[in-house]
Amino acid sequence: MTELTIYELSSPGRTGVTFPEPDVPRVKLPENLLRKDLPLPELAEVDVVRHYVNLSKYNYSVDGGFYPLGSCTMKYNPKINEDTARLPGFAFTHPLQPIETVQGNLALMYTLQEWLKEISGFAALTLQPAAGAHGELTGVLIMRAYHKDRGDTKRVKMLIPDSAHGTNPASSAMSSLDVVQVPSDARGNVDLVALKSACDDTTVGLMLTNPNTLGLFDEHLAQVIKIVHDCGGLVYGDGANLNALLGIIRPGDVGFDLMHYNLHKTFSTPHGGGGPGSGPVGVAKNLADFLPGPLVDIVEESSDDEPPLFGFVTPQKTIGRVKAFHGHFGMLVRAYTYIAMHGPIGLRQIAEYSVLNANYIKARLKGVFTVPFDRICMHEFVAESQWADAPGIRALDVAKRLMDYDFHPPTNYFPLIVHEALMIEPTETENKGTLDAFADALIKIAAEAKATPDLLHEAPHKTPFGRMDEVKAARDLVLCCWLPEDYEKEEQ
Amino acid sequence: MTYIPHSPKEREAMLAAIGVKTLEDLFKDIPAKVRFPKLDLPPALTEMEAATELGELSIGNENVRTDLVSFLGAGAYNHYIPAAVDHILRRGEFYTAYTPYQPEISQGTLQAIFEYQSLICALTGMEVSNASHYDGATAVAEAANMAYAQFRGKRNKVVISPTVHPQYRGTMRTYVQGMGLELSGDDPKADLYAGPEALESLIDEETALVIVQYPDFFGRVYDFTKLIELAHGRGALVCVTANPTALALFRPPGEMGADIVVGEGQPLGIPLSFGGPYLGFFTTRKQYIHKMAGRLVGETLDNRGQRAFVLTLTAREQHIKRERAISNICSNQGLLALAAAVYLSLLGPTGLRQVADLCYQKAHYAAGKICTVKGYSLCFDTPFFHEFSVCCPKPVAEINDHLLEHGFLGGYDLGQDYPSLKDHMLIAVTEMNTKEEIDALVDMLAEVNHD
Repeated sequence: MTELTIYELSSPGRTGVTFPEPDVPRVKLPENLLRKDLPLPELAEVDVVRHYVNLSKYNYSVDGGFYPLGSCTMKYNPKINEDTARLPGFAFTHPLQPIETVQGNLALMYTLQEWLKEISGFAALTLQPAAGAHGELTGVLIMRAYHKDRGDTKRVKMLIPDSAHGTNPASSAMSSLDVVQVPSDARGNVDLVALKSACDDTTVGLMLTNPNTLGLFDEHLAQVIKIVHDCGGLVYGDGANLNALLGIIRPGDVGFDLMHYNLHKTFSTPHGGGGPGSGPVGVAKNLADFLPGPLVDIVEESSDDEPPLFGFVTPQKTIGRVKAFHGHFGMLVRAYTYIAMHGPIGLRQIAEYSVLNANYIKARLKGVFTVPFDRICMHEFVAESQWADAPGIRALDVAKRLMDYDFHPPTNYFPLIVHEALMIEPTETENKGTLDAFADALIKIAAEAKATPDLLHEAPHKTPFGRMDEVKAARDLVLCCWLPEDYEKEEQ
Repeated sequence: MTYIPHSPKEREAMLAAIGVKTLEDLFKDIPAKVRFPKLDLPPALTEMEAATELGELSIGNENVRTDLVSFLGAGAYNHYIPAAVDHILRRGEFYTAYTPYQPEISQGTLQAIFEYQSLICALTGMEVSNASHYDGATAVAEAANMAYAQFRGKRNKVVISPTVHPQYRGTMRTYVQGMGLELSGDDPKADLYAGPEALESLIDEETALVIVQYPDFFGRVYDFTKLIELAHGRGALVCVTANPTALALFRPPGEMGADIVVGEGQPLGIPLSFGGPYLGFFTTRKQYIHKMAGRLVGETLDNRGQRAFVLTLTAREQHIKRERAISNICSNQGLLALAAAVYLSLLGPTGLRQVADLCYQKAHYAAGKICTVKGYSLCFDTPFFHEFSVCCPKPVAEINDHLLEHGFLGGYDLGQDYPSLKDHMLIAVTEMNTKEEIDALVDMLAEVNHD
């Protein structure tokens, strides 16, 4: 049931979309600079539409079902977001238009900056970073610039807990910082003794995901932050798990110096099959001057009969821009729409119900799956997928078998500190019926693991495709479509 | 309103199963002093109210489809997007899926990216494309990152042409801050009339990478073959950042010997959207594949013998290699890569050539007409594609104010970035501009001169 590739579907001479003849007199093209062939496929519109619709049917999606992928916050993406982002006034504005002609965009960005600052308790914020990892790189560069500006040049060490996402150490390494791993303690918190001994006058800071990737809120958060601050370091918040904190606690209030937000997780902008994301960064007052520029600000205050004029300003000691133009504006429109519709009470409910849902699944699985750090969790938790009486069964087998029950598997093998980890994040948008069906499936699979292990080893069975030969993919490295033998190289 | 589906009865049953009484009981780990802050945000809107509010914000802008006639480009271009592109993008199966980490239920996304990779390779004349970067600017920065990794410890200099987009150069300056890479050639005061040969003297045994733009920021089209040969002779790699529409007409950089070809994919069916989200395409030669960052889709078989696709060579990436990864990039511009794939499939070689040809013809008509107006002349006599630099008799801001009064969005003010190009305007013309609009622009430019 494979779908041919767009090149295999090509038939020379077909065209999907054509354009008018030029309405200006023709000039000759510069022969010596022209290309000879342009090997693109040739199809009619209906061929293209059917092809991609057929492909879409092979995807599992949030619109199609439950997607409890830990750390990814696969919540329902409201349809209105898609409509507002496509309003012609937003979609057809050029990033370099004079500010007088884009006051709507700038007002939206300014307001969103204000809202995000308020939600997490920061003094200033950039909307420019394109994704979470890009926000991290921005944050790391800000931390470096801050220390350098104070003449404190010997700080080269970034502390990162062992439960952190891989992007944290990678972002630090991109700025040539040395990464020092900090272990977790027996309750899943940052190990205070280890942290203390790692902190010294070469410490740039700590990159902390809280709640961490075990779904646990650090029980000694204030102490962790104090230890880092005491050695002159900064505390960076990885906002991947902000969904659990909306209206519950503001990271800025407890001493985080800066943090990135994932608009594509917390604020419902869709994941798009892997992107685009959007990763704004909020900072405390003493870091505001280092933000990437430009930022949106009021450049002329409002008067009795005139609204304020919004424009761009560049922070004094800016690290510079981290991408072209102003960030993923289309994602900003979606996040704005989402926050406007939730208000302060709705935002808090998001956190409350995401935590309720995670704890409910955890309660339902009790006694069947081991949860290594068994406390009240936040928006997600990690279960071990191994049983003494089911040798040979791995997390991967359970994950693949879940597909036969029509669920997307949880994140597996992460965080690295739990063996055979299944990281489950249901989000707030799932109802009790769905959660029960999912828990029932997992419990059934745990029984299958013992009774009929091969059923798991060979899973999935009911999906359009089975397990993949990943070794072959890496060995053969076929990364491009096969070009039909009779593909005609056209001459211009 | 929220998207939370729980009934009060369900909520109570769930709390009981967990063994707590209230929702607040779930948050006992949070220090009480800072718990449950009152957020100073406006009260919630219903969908109907939100639609109205966003509608009002959107009409606070003047857009280039219904309000303004645009001759502005400079890295973002107003092209026609065929209707089918957005209809495909709007399929929830595509836009509400995550990264295809579970290939058995993600073949739609995986095959679409595989096809995207193929189409981008065809366009650039390169062997390998990754699944995309954030935008053109970060793709250029990632090229430097890749070259740095290729020569680690041995070559620490990147030569970048001053005719690369100013914001791309700015992004590069930000990225290299922490990387221990020296930037050379990033000088807006350099001789901008010189061709690529101006870079030759900067390339030495320390140079890891040479970066040029095609067409360059001023719209000029150069053959880089000679520059690339020279750079290779000195052991350096060469990255060309290219406009994908231009590649329908002009020789692909792959044919000129480029090692890395990147660019901004926005012209391929992606709306202007005030600057993003766009699409950074990234291609290289097979020999450098292990140093390339970003996701990569490869062909394989499933255990039923069916052809299928998976993310491959993932051991290069941050989730496995952590601090030893070449880049921290995690996501790609999945949905925008899909847009580009659908766009290129719909247009095919005929349609894409038509678009490029229309851009070329109309831009040249406009350039010719503008030159007949007293006080205006073309700055450069090099061949150009759909953008060209005009020396103006007055400050560009003044001219653009006049144009804006008549609903025309003038070109980019080059004096902002290049002191020697004061009173120089970069004008972009695409298939969206009609002869009438071009003629009207020319008339208005003449008017400014008479003021």
